Amino acid sequence: MDAIILQILNGLDKGSAYALIALGLTLIFGTLGVVNFAHGALFMIGAFCSVTLSKLLNLSFETVDPTQKDFLGNPLKVKTPYVQEWFGPEVGAAIIDWSVPLAILFAIPIMLAVGYVMERGLIKHFYKRPHADQILVTFGLAIVLQEIVKFYFGANPIQTPAPDALSGVATIGGSFGLNISYPVWRLVYIAFSGLLIFGAFAFLQFTTFGMVVRAGMADRETVQLLGIDIDRRFTIMFGIAAAIAGLAGVMYGPINAPNYHMGMDFLVLSFVVVVVGGMGSLPGAVLAGFLLGILEAFASTTWATTTIPGINQIIIYLVAIIVLLTRPRGLMGKKGVMED
Amino acid sequence: MFGLKNTDLRLLLIVFVLTMAAPFILNPFPTESGLAQFNAGYPDLMQKFVIFGIFAIGFNILFGLTGYLSFGHAAFLGVGSYACVWMFKLLGYNVVPGILLSIVVSGLFALLIGVITLRRSGIYFSILTLAFAQMSFALAYSVLSNPKFNLTNGETGLQVYADDPQWFHSDRLPDLPHLFGLSMRATHKMQLGAWEFQFNAGYYMCAVIMLVCFYLAIRIFRSPFGLMLRAVKSNQQRMNYTGLNSRPYTLAAFVISGMYAGLAGGLLSAVDPLAGAERMQWTASGEVVLMTILGGAGTLIGPVLGAGLIKYFENIFSKINESVLHQWFGFLPDGLEDFVITLIYPFVGKGWHLTLGLIFMLVVIFLPGGLIEGGQRIGRALRGKKASDAGKSASTEPAE
Repeated sequence: MDAIILQILNGLDKGSAYALIALGLTLIFGTLGVVNFAHGALFMIGAFCSVTLSKLLNLSFETVDPTQKDFLGNPLKVKTPYVQEWFGPEVGAAIIDWSVPLAILFAIPIMLAVGYVMERGLIKHFYKRPHADQILVTFGLAIVLQEIVKFYFGANPIQTPAPDALSGVATIGGSFGLNISYPVWRLVYIAFSGLLIFGAFAFLQFTTFGMVVRAGMADRETVQLLGIDIDRRFTIMFGIAAAIAGLAGVMYGPINAPNYHMGMDFLVLSFVVVVVGGMGSLPGAVLAGFLLGILEAFASTTWATTTIPGINQIIIYLVAIIVLLTRPRGLMGKKGVMED
Repeated sequence: MFGLKNTDLRLLLIVFVLTMAAPFILNPFPTESGLAQFNAGYPDLMQKFVIFGIFAIGFNILFGLTGYLSFGHAAFLGVGSYACVWMFKLLGYNVVPGILLSIVVSGLFALLIGVITLRRSGIYFSILTLAFAQMSFALAYSVLSNPKFNLTNGETGLQVYADDPQWFHSDRLPDLPHLFGLSMRATHKMQLGAWEFQFNAGYYMCAVIMLVCFYLAIRIFRSPFGLMLRAVKSNQQRMNYTGLNSRPYTLAAFVISGMYAGLAGGLLSAVDPLAGAERMQWTASGEVVLMTILGGAGTLIGPVLGAGLIKYFENIFSKINESVLHQWFGFLPDGLEDFVITLIYPFVGKGWHLTLGLIFMLVVIFLPGGLIEGGQRIGRALRGKKASDAGKSASTEPAE
């Protein structure tokens, strides 16, 4: 029982990253009708927002402390981050420690701006072009973004540790007679993703803005005929989708150290998730994300990998093939999406 | 002649002359001069030109004719490479069985993948092929290299070891890939004044095979089958409504282009007997898409041109480092020199992929018909014709 719940947690953890990226992909596809191959790059940029913030917070100046000596006998040079100088040592240290959660605040405006610029600067011009061109140009953009990040941050993964308070291991389920130890940060990640997904759905379902966007997804022309500037709202939705991917990236940093190609690794799987969930279906994307994540977690157990070697590497693709052969529209795909 | 129209025959002859004389044409700068680094007339690079030319020709048969954008063609290239090296390991270093097997295996592999992926079109197809390629990469990289069943040798890459059976290997034969005794690395060097020209056996074998491939591609383009594929591209729905099942045609195109890719993979192994999983990665798939688009999808010569350009720039750009830049811009005043170099530096050397991505975007945005269309536009402008004819030239409509 413990082992099963542990694997489900593992799956939820990976699945929430898939679900968030797939959700953004579906949002963009549903609103703008564009397949965004650069969405993985947005995930990666989000992760590097937190890297940048922690670098900024760690900017420090050097002072010579004459009372202490280093091992060569010279006066010890002490590095003090500016934030510690400004806010006092304790508050400053706490700020640095909490740099990843703080990066959420830092990343939201950046990702919204990146998404806005991307849509207005590039993708706008591709609405009327064939899907193949959209795929190709966003693919090119993904390479460019990835290489820019590589140029400035190097090719090696950069550690972004979780705050000390959240980096331990939690024991959960004690009251149910279970004994599961699980890293706190991963639990935080699952909860955070749940909140984000819930927030996105609530935003679409319960706000006027969301209502208009949903109407535009259903019938763009009619909404336009009613005198609503749907393009502007779709641009904002692109920014929101970018922000969702970015936040997924920010919070994923402590689980896997960000490197420049993390986006592409996730993108391929997220596309599979979207296809399995059903192109254009938001609940489908989320559901498929979690399902495939859990499936992958179970396939990664020692028992599974010894029975069928390498099953953990290919299980998602196998499931995708089976789903597409039996239910070509995916789990929750609607009729008429991408079937013209 | 050869069942070709005059224009096609002329094109084939031009390509023939260019490939045969490539060691001269690609070596315009004397060996000792500072510009020698722009020479491309050495075996390693020339082989890449023709091999990736084959790869792109094959990809164009699928994408250029039917409009199905496959993002997983590198998988076939990789499978071909592995098949060829396995023949080296089992039978010996003669390249013929290896290349034949690589075509067969990749054809079967393409059939398997095509049957599944061609059930969907448009974006679904692109995503599915991408997923399959990534799965093959994952399989080759880790799963199929376990000690019990080592098919791909994982990260190290598949290569021939001394204890491999090599049943038909004898001491007379070279210990490297060879064509009935003629080593692929055999290079005849010709000194001509300040120039040195290299004639490499491996290159000429690949070039001849490329010419055959090119000829076959022309025949396919001009055949009723090719016409049917174009019909799929322009309006598949209408074809279906006329009661015609287009699936066999697209499947045939997919398998043919998979076999071309496998052949290219086999040749890559034939000139350098080491096959690694990284050949199957999505970047490699993206590269062949770029080659085809850059040259001009749907045209005959475009993909070859694109492949040559990409490989040339990859080689030249990657070689430029900071000291070379300082050499070039040494004539500028110091401050300006440093400024220019910091401006250019991210794009060269290790930054080649950045340039590649930018070229990719620029071509798709401004020149979706590729260089061929660009050339046609310029030609038309020179002859003073109206630009409204531009619509007639090759465009990349997707299959939907």
